[in-house]
Amino acid sequence: MVNFLKRVFFVDVLAGLALTLKYTFHRVYTEQYPTEKPKLAERYRGAPRLNNDPETGETLCIACDLCAQVCPEDLIVVGSERDPDTRKKVLTTYTFDTSRCLFCGLCQEICPTNAIELTQDFELATYSRRNMVWDRTRLEQGWDRIDYGADRETASGRESSRYERKTG
Amino acid sequence: MIEPTILDAKEIEINMGPQHPSTHGVLRVKLKIDGEKVRQAECIIGYLHRGVEKISENRNYFKCIPYYDRTDYIAAVSNGLGFILGVEKMAEIQVPERAQYIRIMMTELNRIASHLLWLATHALDIGAMTVFLYCFREREEILKLFEALFGARLTTHAFRIGGLWKDLPPGFVEAVKKFTDEFPARVDEYEQLLTKNRIWLDRTRGIGVISAAEAIEYGLSGPPLRGSGVPYDVRKLRPYGGYENFEFDVPVGKNGDTYDRYLVRIEEMLQSRRIVEQILQKLPSGPIRGKVPRVLKPAAGEYYSAVEGPRGELGYYIVSDGSTQPFRVRIRPPTFISLQVLDRLVRGHLIADVVAIIGTLDIVLGEIDR
Ligand code: SF4
Ligand code: SF4
Repeated sequence: MVNFLKRVFFVDVLAGLALTLKYTFHRVYTEQYPTEKPKLAERYRGAPRLNNDPETGETLCIACDLCAQVCPEDLIVVGSERDPDTRKKVLTTYTFDTSRCLFCGLCQEICPTNAIELTQDFELATYSRRNMVWDRTRLEQGWDRIDYGADRETASGRESSRYERKTG
Repeated sequence: MIEPTILDAKEIEINMGPQHPSTHGVLRVKLKIDGEKVRQAECIIGYLHRGVEKISENRNYFKCIPYYDRTDYIAAVSNGLGFILGVEKMAEIQVPERAQYIRIMMTELNRIASHLLWLATHALDIGAMTVFLYCFREREEILKLFEALFGARLTTHAFRIGGLWKDLPPGFVEAVKKFTDEFPARVDEYEQLLTKNRIWLDRTRGIGVISAAEAIEYGLSGPPLRGSGVPYDVRKLRPYGGYENFEFDVPVGKNGDTYDRYLVRIEEMLQSRRIVEQILQKLPSGPIRGKVPRVLKPAAGEYYSAVEGPRGELGYYIVSDGSTQPFRVRIRPPTFISLQVLDRLVRGHLIADVVAIIGTLDIVLGEIDR
């Protein structure tokens, strides 16, 4: 009998609706993403950066090539030459292909000088594939995402018409 | 069991997927239907094949690990664990106790996150929208914990051979504690919305029934097997990585239908929480990474390492030829085997139930196609 009454009066459904109603007056969980950037954890592995020594401004990288060897995707290319005076290796070029990166963090783990680092920056979308290969300048100075015009000059000479329209 | 399915005048063949929202990935199901009744279902897979097993043959043991996160991307943490435990056994690497405890804690949290995602999408497929939002709220908490400890939310690259990447960040234990304290009340909310709801009962009870004997015959594992009443859990039967130190129950169902599998998974979440609580109480201090040679060359031989992933027994069959790279890695994905029963389960049900049955098997196409 009780069960029958419960069925007639939709007790099971109303219990669910009561819960929904309770949350109508609750704090809103939504993050306002593009206007407010979320605060990511310190360890987050996002866009790569090649660190410079904050005092001298020289690169921390000693061109040991360990990061390139440990990378599962072989996407780091370290170019170096031997300084004829000091007999030390000097970094010349460094490219990092973010389109193939797994963001596994093995490169930053193995780097003896903390030169390569994956930062909390997570906005990596671009308008062309070429733009996803980061050269040394971009790795060191960061990526000026707003100024698409500058990208066009450095990264490639040929861009799609959609791109042209965007930059106006 | 298998009836002849000749395409007669009344039967038509329709295509479900590969881009169907309820297939949770890219699964194509060819359905032979007679009116609303399904006569046969044929799964066509392979849309997400990336050749993870082959990739492993060309990478050394350290480099393989991030790729396994991408097989079952919902349960990346336990995926990595399965392979790492195997390599550690083969190379006889000792793992410090603290690392072991943290590993178990994170895999159990991953199990909760995975079941939450399953519950959310399963309910959404059947038509309960609210549960989806609530489940994602709790899942977000867990993903935030992953982000703080591992540095990524989904493809975590959680563990390293020999231990962990870094120790727990400050405030981590308190955050987990807060989560485990609040969680049972949250589960009550999901149950309030679903367990007694008549629509939910009608859509799930008696749908996709599989008996215990048949489930064993098909080689099912995880909740689909336990829902039929077989208490098979790798964590209990072949404890690995320190699970023998913790107390937990293995929930089983009775009828082997979609509703029982739902109850089993809900209970499993609470059991996982119980394990996490025990770990928080006796978390030892100490190092987090054992001694690992820089160049890892396990002795030649074969090894099978199985863990209980959220979806069932996840096995890695690793063959070493004594070099730095595995000679062969074969993954035994639990959901690849669960998917085999789809045809058996959907026969005679309505088209709308196909969605419920795909949901209850909790398949992940990344793992099926590898
Ligand atoms: S994060 Fe991983 S995949 Fe990406 S560059 Fe570093 S080592 Fe290679
Ligand atoms: S970034 Fe680090 S690991 Fe890579 S070459 Fe430079 S110093 Fe070596």
